[in-house]
Amino acid sequence: MLGEGILKGLAETAKNFAGSFVDKERMITVQYPEERVQLPEASRNFPFLVYDGPDWQAGMRCVACQICEKECPPKCIYIEKSKDKKPDFVGKMQIYPAKFDIDISVCMSCQICVEVCPFEAIKMDTEYELATDDRFGGLLLDRHQLAKSNEYYHKIHPTEATEVDARLAEEKAKAEAKAKAAAAAPAKPATPASATAPKPATPAQDSTNVAPPAAPKEGEAS
Amino acid sequence: MVNTLDQIFVLLQHWIVGLLPAVLQPFAGVLLNVVAIIATFPALFAIAVLLERKGLGRMQNRIGPNRVGPFGILQPVADGIKSLTKEDVVPFRADAVVHFMAPVVLVVIVFMGFAVLPMGRNMTLVHMDGALLFYFAMGTCTELAVFMAGWASRNKYSLLGAMRAVAQMISYEVPLLLSSVTVVMISGSLSLDRIVEAQNQYTWGLPHWYIFTPWGLLAFLMFAIAATAETNRSPFDLPEGESELVAGYFTEYSGFKFAEFFLGEYVGMLSISGLGATLFLGGWSAPLAVLNFVPSWIWFFSKVMLSIGVMIWLRGTLPRLRQDQLMNFAWKFVLPMTLLNLGVAALWRFMDGGWLRWVVCSAIVLGTYVLVGRSEMRRRHYGPRSYRYAE
Repeated sequence: MLGEGILKGLAETAKNFAGSFVDKERMITVQYPEERVQLPEASRNFPFLVYDGPDWQAGMRCVACQICEKECPPKCIYIEKSKDKKPDFVGKMQIYPAKFDIDISVCMSCQICVEVCPFEAIKMDTEYELATDDRFGGLLLDRHQLAKSNEYYHKIHPTEATEVDARLAEEKAKAEAKAKAAAAAPAKPATPASATAPKPATPAQDSTNVAPPAAPKEGEAS
Repeated sequence: MVNTLDQIFVLLQHWIVGLLPAVLQPFAGVLLNVVAIIATFPALFAIAVLLERKGLGRMQNRIGPNRVGPFGILQPVADGIKSLTKEDVVPFRADAVVHFMAPVVLVVIVFMGFAVLPMGRNMTLVHMDGALLFYFAMGTCTELAVFMAGWASRNKYSLLGAMRAVAQMISYEVPLLLSSVTVVMISGSLSLDRIVEAQNQYTWGLPHWYIFTPWGLLAFLMFAIAATAETNRSPFDLPEGESELVAGYFTEYSGFKFAEFFLGEYVGMLSISGLGATLFLGGWSAPLAVLNFVPSWIWFFSKVMLSIGVMIWLRGTLPRLRQDQLMNFAWKFVLPMTLLNLGVAALWRFMDGGWLRWVVCSAIVLGTYVLVGRSEMRRRHYGPRSYRYAE
């Protein structure tokens, strides 16, 4: 009969109307500034730099190898190498970034920088409240703003951070064992193998693989 | 006591007028009534807007406005301040005078209708014999304001929107009038006061409202449909169509003029709800004889707000019609039904009171409704739509 559908529709909206007062499940609105949805662990938006220990400058994992800068598709990373060196997490002297800027207005959150980094130094952040009234300076983050502690990394991506820590500890242990072995047998004649031996296993391989192509590109970057 | 409460506004007015010198008294009395109307209905407009926004939100499982004041009850105030502080833009080539006049004309005309509505016992501003006629004369003028707005904006989309709006309003003006005529036929008066008086009787504690008769029910349904279309409410809100058009005829309006159109629309809703309540729902009379102790004006305003609530409910339920569906519905369904209803009302008037006229009139009304509904449903216009894609 004519009008039947209208009555059905009215019943449906009435059910919604009344139900919204009774049934908490119906009201799916999250009142954002006061309430927040827990972000999924895999969520990401912009990269940050991880540091170990209390001091962000001393503990910075980044060694300014510039792989991320070169791999970045929209070219939003700018790195300047330091002139001096500082010890990294295994105690080896490394250069560090004197300048590390990420323009998050250009960044497209692709995570390629994280995937290519051999030192577990750059990771994806989950911070999304980045609104600013200065669209150039405010969105260009320098190394101090980018530096976040390993504890923070554990907080936002616990599983991933634990894996990373385990891997780094393994590398460190391997490097220490090598150093001990090298110290225990000083008499042994230096072979070509021992020249690379004290270096941490994976990063060393990566850096030796990548370092040569990095060198010529440095000139064109500057 | 009950009587005092019922007549409290009338007594208050007499008391205030009594304070003034005798020369000013007639003038002051009218002025006081006008001020009361102009103060009451925008307040109801604010309540209606709030109800609409909160209610629609609930129907869609949203919360609705909840930031301004406790539970968002001050939202209309915030809206008002916002529209007052916005820039008033007049298009460069627009007819500035007519552009300015259109919203003013709309609001003034819409308020004119309240002059004849009985809002309680002895609470009519003008006791007019041809009150219904006056009301419809004023109601029809809103089309003028709409067309002024569309024409003066010098924007082809505004003009098209205005033409659509005027076409719709004129189409639904006819069934609106014809469904009201049945009431005039039965009560034998165009005076709204007398129409309410005719309904303010009780048999076994039940009221003699016209909606409780076969012809009255049909007339009320058709009146409700036509009134919804007349006030450009969903599902007949094509002239505005905020999701499809910009805003139809008031595209070029901003700031307070826009708010005036909004006010005009909602006050028009209140006004036509008031008329509907007066014609079919017994105006200010109580729904049961035992409830007669409640002041009459409470009944009138609660009926009006109930109608507004139903309009909001409909808006939350129904999708918008297409222009051709709108016109087909007006001319091929609502108009024939109201014409038939004239005959039914005449039959009701001239058959003796008794169960026979109930049976005959109900049978005619229900039978026609079912038959017309069936045949219309079978037609292409109302059934499920089939889509043909370009290949």
